[in-house]
Amino acid sequence: MNAASAIPTMDLNRNHAEEGRAVRIAVKDLNFYYGSFHGLKNVNINFHDRQVTALIGPSGCGKSTLLRCFNRIYSLYPEQRAEGEILLDGENILDPSVDLNELRSRIGMVFQKPTPFPMSIYDNVAFGLRLYEKLPKAELDMRVEESLRKAALWDEVKDKLRQSGTGLSGGQQQRLCIARTVAQRPEVILFDEPTSALDPISTGRIEELIEQLRDEFTIVIVTHNMQQAARISQFTGFMYLGQLVEFGPTNRMFMNPTEQRTQDYITGRFG
Amino acid sequence: MPTLTETIAFARPRAAAVRKGPSRSLDSLFRGCAYGAALLVLVVLAGILGSILYGGWPAFREFGFAFLTSSAWNVGTEQYGALVAVIGTVASATLALVIGVPVSLGIAIFLTQLCPGWARKPVAMTIELLAAVPSIIYGMWGLFVFAPLFARFVQIPVSNLVEGMPVIGTLFYARVPSGVGVLTAGIILAIMIVPFIASIARDMLDQIPTVLRESAYGIGCTTWEVVRHVLVPQAAVSIIGAIMLGLGRALGETMAVTFVVGNANRLSASIFDPSSTIASRIANEFNEADGLQLNALMALGCILFVITFVVLIVARLLTRRVKAA
Repeated sequence: MNAASAIPTMDLNRNHAEEGRAVRIAVKDLNFYYGSFHGLKNVNINFHDRQVTALIGPSGCGKSTLLRCFNRIYSLYPEQRAEGEILLDGENILDPSVDLNELRSRIGMVFQKPTPFPMSIYDNVAFGLRLYEKLPKAELDMRVEESLRKAALWDEVKDKLRQSGTGLSGGQQQRLCIARTVAQRPEVILFDEPTSALDPISTGRIEELIEQLRDEFTIVIVTHNMQQAARISQFTGFMYLGQLVEFGPTNRMFMNPTEQRTQDYITGRFG
Repeated sequence: MPTLTETIAFARPRAAAVRKGPSRSLDSLFRGCAYGAALLVLVVLAGILGSILYGGWPAFREFGFAFLTSSAWNVGTEQYGALVAVIGTVASATLALVIGVPVSLGIAIFLTQLCPGWARKPVAMTIELLAAVPSIIYGMWGLFVFAPLFARFVQIPVSNLVEGMPVIGTLFYARVPSGVGVLTAGIILAIMIVPFIASIARDMLDQIPTVLRESAYGIGCTTWEVVRHVLVPQAAVSIIGAIMLGLGRALGETMAVTFVVGNANRLSASIFDPSSTIASRIANEFNEADGLQLNALMALGCILFVITFVVLIVARLLTRRVKAA
């Protein structure tokens, strides 16, 4: 059976991978441990500048774990540790001397559930900005507006910037979180199943948004939804049992995977 | 094709299918009991309020509004006023909050954010044990152990230091450095309310979803920034509730305060000076009181009731405002 016929809605010719783009993140021999559990096994993968790379695979395959290595958010939990190298523009971010707060301002993350902070819409965006930049009020206003526009939320919230961010709908909250991340002008944005808690319309808007953000940011997205991966990514990595099984341009991964396991997964034979 | 439930129904032996009417009598009995239990609380509350109002009425009638503004409390001349006790109550409870709330939040934040896993249980247990200590123990310890040390190492040196200075020379000057006083009561009360506030605040911080915490760290916040700007505001409503619960306890606490507050009926601007609270005065005098004195004590009880009621209302208003914000 042809893989493409199983996913009739996707348009594979829309997103062409540009393999010539520079490598932004290079993962080398990455191993990850939850206590004694070996969560990632010798993962080697490159992420290209201003491209969307999707990580797919069944639950527990390690795709979220891999994502959580890039901003070292796992280090909040003392029993979790990573070994190997992750080079962000040539600098190994797993090195103990890396300043975690600074790293996290360069690598933004959007989570599987919207996480607006308990403050106004304006402050939700301005909060992250104020952490690392000292801006005069007028410029801060401008940056907040710019970020909300980039997150396609400005028109919906411009008259209620002082209201609480928690009063927005789920989809709006998630776009607010994206605006908050974008505001810091990170180099990379990580999306951890960003639409799994959203309805189809909100999901569509977030997907459009990710396509637009690709002009400026290197994007890594973990998703359970294979159509989503096919729609928005230029590269796809398929993970299974803590290993990276196959990686390549999204078109090829879905049309013509080289590994049998990839073929089986994307045609829905397991997962 | 039969549905699954139909298949199961047919498969069941006929004998088991005897229908039985719903037991309405048991249900109404159950409803009655639940209603009764709820009503009982209201009846008891109304009864207590009514009887102390009735008991205190002669004092309110005799002194009128002056009962609230007079600082007299003279059994010989039968002159009674609530001012000293009201101020003492509010001042000691406020001091308890000022000291206790930062400590409680510190404990809660330590336990939920910073504490290594193995130490979490023992520390939390210790805090909860603190809540189990009877108030008379706090009173005895406060009077016999804490007060002499407090007099020697705090009251005397501080009084010497601030003597003659404006404002703080009054606020922190002990005319008789005996160790007991409003601040001592506030400190003992703080120790008593810390376990309550700390354990509720800890539970509330624990309930905050992990993703919210991670996303705050994810934009590069330090632990302080995460706690200060995200976690505490997120749990604000419940933390205010916990603080108000502590305040309620501090206002009404009797035994420990009676030991250490000094039981003096004197208005003083110094927090080192002895004073009285409503609860301590009632505890001290009810045994020998009769006539107008007893009425006056009852009236004091009414005032305490009103104060705690006001605290409750303020708490409600505060939590509503935080929710709306």
